[in-house]
Amino acid sequence: MSHRNVLVLSGGLSPERDVSLRSGRRVADALRSARPEWEVLEADVDASLLPRLREHRPDCVVPLLHGAAGEDGALRDVLETLDIAFVGSEAAACRLAFDKPVASSLVSGTGVAVPEFVVLPQSTFRELGAPMVMEAVAERIGFPLVVKPTRGGSALGVSIVHRSQDLPPAMVSAFAYGDTAMIQRFVAGTEVAVSVIDTVDPDSDADGPRALPVVEIEPEGEMYDYHARYTAGTTAFYCPARLDADVTAAVSEAAVTVHAALGLTDLSRTDLIVDGDGTVWFLEVNVAPGMTETSLMPQAITAAGLSVGEVLAGMVEG
Amino acid sequence: MGEAGSHVEGSRLDPWVDSYATRAKNLSASAIRALFAVASRPEVVSLAGGMPYVQALSMDDMADIAAQVVRDRGPQALQYGSGQGDVSLREQILDVTAEVGVHAHPDDIVVTTGSQMALDLVTRTFCDPGDVVLVESPSYVGALGVFRSYECDVVHVAMDDDGLIPEALQQAIDAARAAGKNVKLIYTIPSFHNPAGVTQPAHRRAQILEIAQRAGIAVLEDDPYGLLGFEGEPPRALRADDDQGVIYLGSFSKTIASGLRVGWAIAPHGVREKLVLAAEAATLCPSNYAQLTVSQYLATQPWREQIKSFQEVYRERRDAMLESLQAMMPAGTTWTIPAGGFYTWVTLPEGLDATAMLPRAITELVAYVPGTGFFVDGQGTANMRLSYCYPDPDRIREGVRRLSTVVEAELEIARTFGTAAGTPGSLSGSGESSTPAPDLA
Repeated sequence: MSHRNVLVLSGGLSPERDVSLRSGRRVADALRSARPEWEVLEADVDASLLPRLREHRPDCVVPLLHGAAGEDGALRDVLETLDIAFVGSEAAACRLAFDKPVASSLVSGTGVAVPEFVVLPQSTFRELGAPMVMEAVAERIGFPLVVKPTRGGSALGVSIVHRSQDLPPAMVSAFAYGDTAMIQRFVAGTEVAVSVIDTVDPDSDADGPRALPVVEIEPEGEMYDYHARYTAGTTAFYCPARLDADVTAAVSEAAVTVHAALGLTDLSRTDLIVDGDGTVWFLEVNVAPGMTETSLMPQAITAAGLSVGEVLAGMVEG
Repeated sequence: MGEAGSHVEGSRLDPWVDSYATRAKNLSASAIRALFAVASRPEVVSLAGGMPYVQALSMDDMADIAAQVVRDRGPQALQYGSGQGDVSLREQILDVTAEVGVHAHPDDIVVTTGSQMALDLVTRTFCDPGDVVLVESPSYVGALGVFRSYECDVVHVAMDDDGLIPEALQQAIDAARAAGKNVKLIYTIPSFHNPAGVTQPAHRRAQILEIAQRAGIAVLEDDPYGLLGFEGEPPRALRADDDQGVIYLGSFSKTIASGLRVGWAIAPHGVREKLVLAAEAATLCPSNYAQLTVSQYLATQPWREQIKSFQEVYRERRDAMLESLQAMMPAGTTWTIPAGGFYTWVTLPEGLDATAMLPRAITELVAYVPGTGFFVDGQGTANMRLSYCYPDPDRIREGVRRLSTVVEAELEIARTFGTAAGTPGSLSGSGESSTPAPDLA
């Protein structure tokens, strides 16, 4: 089938709407360049979407929604219900991947190291007394530690905490994005992102998930936060990462393991830390990786000698 | 498939990153700004933006005016014009400013692309890097952005329910001068302040003028809302009582339409000469098409009646906002009572941080502007600006209802953790990076 009708979905109501819109525009343009004969349309996710899907029935949807609904499987459940094909992982896999504690537990079972963590809803602090709960958690995890919402991306609501007096405001910040927070041991080291694509390798004709070149992230400040992610110039990237070959192989293997263990499809991006001993630690996995001008996956795709348009078009065709 | 793989060594994804001026450092991505992207969705009640309710205009009349301008004066409307602005419009502007007691000669006026451009021209004319500009606490974010872009030392001066406090102004001048600094401008929005919603009474205006005159410091009076009062006569402008010490900025954005981008400065002769040259350097001339459209509107439409119509719209919405706040907000929340304009300034119960609370508000489908955006020095954490200019009264009531649940939830968390919410690094920032773009409703 040479002509295709593709709908790129972006926007939504999550705090990452702006990032999603930028990802959507970039991918739609890339698809139009790669396949000029296709009709590539863009849409937001609102009350007009379902009538539009029923009326126009795209051959394939490319969901580029970040945050809830886009990455938690809800929208993909709807697409599956309507029997509309889409790029990316199925709803059930998204549900596992989007919830950081669930994904971390599953990944832990594969042998990939996961920093120790505790997951606590806001109600627990209220019912048991926040000071005592925080003291117990801090004693167990130790400082520095990382506080983050269990769901969501772009490091929104994430804090690195070095001292006990900074823990309460960090908890409050995380709870601004959701009712449950994850408190995790902070691992110092080299921060890397490994994009995995699940298409036929043009060089070897091999099928199955494969890691793209590893991107090393060196933010100006301590944290690769929202500002560092989306302000060009504030973070230095190295691709391939400045890692020894065996460590590069280990992080690539870890990302492919995560992709497979969670039952992900087409594409994913796994964020990892390599500590001073060379141990590879899993942080989180994204089923709808950012595709903006400063995002990590497009850098990896380019470093692999591919183009975003060709890679996504291949997934649409696949 | 693509070309051979390319290696990236320490790329910061912007080849010009080392070329930017220091003052461009603040121009960066902000998580707060990103949250406002959600506020543009119809599900969200936005009490954040400052868009005038232009729907109150007759679009048929505006279409006729636009057609007349092109048909009757097309070659002029579509051509370059004077850097100072169209002379017939400048004469008409004086009819408008007479409403606030400002009388001048048409030659004293420089027409600009919105009064925002006038702010820029005045600042570039007066201020070298490090010069002090005294501003209110809080102040208009668009002005703060201009002052910062010229690397001014912006110093906030305390306000109360009657606006800028004269004693605090005098102290700020004395302190700056004692520190060896050069105070160049006193920037004030005396009527229906953005964002504070307060208005300086006449006696205070006189005191402020006296202090400025004694100190020899120019007053930059920003008066976009002066004709949008809800009771009585429009407040008399500072410029009405000092034509040499005050530079007056006016705008048609709120009294006709913001999309036309027509504003003006009225300045003493010497200042005006420099503003014209600065304006020509910036844009050559303001849009002739927009100027002639405004001129035609003023010549053919009952503009005073239209302003009364705007006043009625905004008064009804102000009332809806204040009644809802009174009925629904948790104890400990306070707000200003605007007698005109677009905004009320809310102070949250002790321990709450409006910036840290914003993600929760967006999740609950209501948006506001955190107070820190209206300061350059981190003040305003407990404040937020609520606007009532664009949503209709029912939407305002629903927005305040949602906001009250957000504040209640935030109070519960503050009680649980016994702390003020921390503003994480990702939400830090002030000025333009933490306030919405001008096209947010």
